[in-house]
Amino acid sequence: MIEIKDIHKSFGSNDVLIGISGKFEAGVTNLIIGGSGSGKTTLLKCMIGLHQPEQGSVEYDGREFTTMNFEEKIEIRKEIGMLFQGSALFDSMTVEENIMFPLNMFTEQSHKEKLERVNFCLDRVNLEGKNKLFPAELSGGMKKRVGIARAIAMNPKYLFVDEPNSGLDPKTSIVIDELIKEITEEYNTTTIVVTHDMNSVMGIGDYILFLHEGKKFWEGSNKDIAHTDIEELNDFVFASRFMKAAKGKF
Amino acid sequence: MNFTNFGKYLLLLKAVFRRPEKFRIYLKAIFKQMDFIGVGSLGLISIISTFIGAVMTLQIAFQLVSDFIPKTIIGSVNRDSSILELSPTISAIVLAGKIGSAISSEIGTMRVSEQIDALEIMGINSPGYLILPKIIAGITMVPILVIISMFLSITGGYIGGTLSGAVTPAEYMQGITTDFNPYTITVALVKAFVFGFIITSVPAYEGFYVKGGALEVAQASTRAVVVSCISILACDYIVTQLLL
Repeated sequence: MIEIKDIHKSFGSNDVLIGISGKFEAGVTNLIIGGSGSGKTTLLKCMIGLHQPEQGSVEYDGREFTTMNFEEKIEIRKEIGMLFQGSALFDSMTVEENIMFPLNMFTEQSHKEKLERVNFCLDRVNLEGKNKLFPAELSGGMKKRVGIARAIAMNPKYLFVDEPNSGLDPKTSIVIDELIKEITEEYNTTTIVVTHDMNSVMGIGDYILFLHEGKKFWEGSNKDIAHTDIEELNDFVFASRFMKAAKGKF
Repeated sequence: MNFTNFGKYLLLLKAVFRRPEKFRIYLKAIFKQMDFIGVGSLGLISIISTFIGAVMTLQIAFQLVSDFIPKTIIGSVNRDSSILELSPTISAIVLAGKIGSAISSEIGTMRVSEQIDALEIMGINSPGYLILPKIIAGITMVPILVIISMFLSITGGYIGGTLSGAVTPAEYMQGITTDFNPYTITVALVKAFVFGFIITSVPAYEGFYVKGGALEVAQASTRAVVVSCISILACDYIVTQLLL
């Protein structure tokens, strides 16, 4: 479980996060949603230590992360897997080398064992046999799946996903969403997905935290989100004509 | 570089020299960088050094027209100029253009495409993993390239001087072997070591802190070359002042 308490973050005079708190349980898909500029990615970066919040705390199963030193943070980070918005695969490495990279750095496994783990992860994301391809040879959806394979290579306890559906067609988006949900339930990971994609929200949002202008406006599940009176949330959820038309059917 | 940037540069260097996660992987990266910096630059350095040596000989011969000055001086001047200044400094400036821009754009592209963030999330010390192998390769390969450059520059002087008739082979050979001070080699190698450090660390710094996209990566690459060249010239003066 990851718990954040009263997170504040600003860039110059611009307050990006104002007192955000929340609890993200293991085994369920936790979503952070909000419009562009609402502070979703900044919150995610504060949680994983790429940004240092000015105030507040982030606890990984009771271990306070924000005050840890460099070496202590590294120990937590070994338990984290992350899928980046642009996949962030290493261009100069093949798919196999990308997935094997954390295993090379942090395990003493033999090459055969590491290769078995790589093939298992590739099978898990339905990319078996793509070991020798380079990132430049992959489609957007395949890159995301390789990113997931790399993220799960070390059996992470915590999985962070930043905008998993950006740049993907709706069908591939659903495949990626379902994969994230399956992995979360299968390995009981604490998964946090940052998204503004309503298909993801309605499809996999077990716990949803809604941000607006740097503040937490609402939290709940995908079953509750269509039945709130919060104007800012309704403006976000029912922004499209299709969603407005479908509103009464939820 | 203003003082803020210099402070950030020093802090980055502190992170670079943290204990590596796995020596074996760093060693592999060092050899790869040695190949890129050393072997990959050998052709360019060879051509430049040979021509500079040849042109130097012709220009010295052109300026020393007095009958009172023996022609053996041409070899001596070419030798000392090549060893003390031309080989270390010109090689370093050329390498700053070739290697510095490559290092800066490689690391800058990794920054803007979140690959450096990915390394950090994995628990890897990204400055160490990305920059340390480049610095070690730089401080070992640049002196080797400079030694090769010295040899080729003096050889180029021989070829240029004798082919043009500006100096006879015997006069040139006598010139380069007369009054040779081996200490000049030490000075040149100290310079090469310092320049190797600058050529790799300054562009790495510029690339590591890039923000934005392709345009900013290109600007960082240009800045890396400019700052490296100025730093090389400044350090050239300081080392020369200290050692000679």
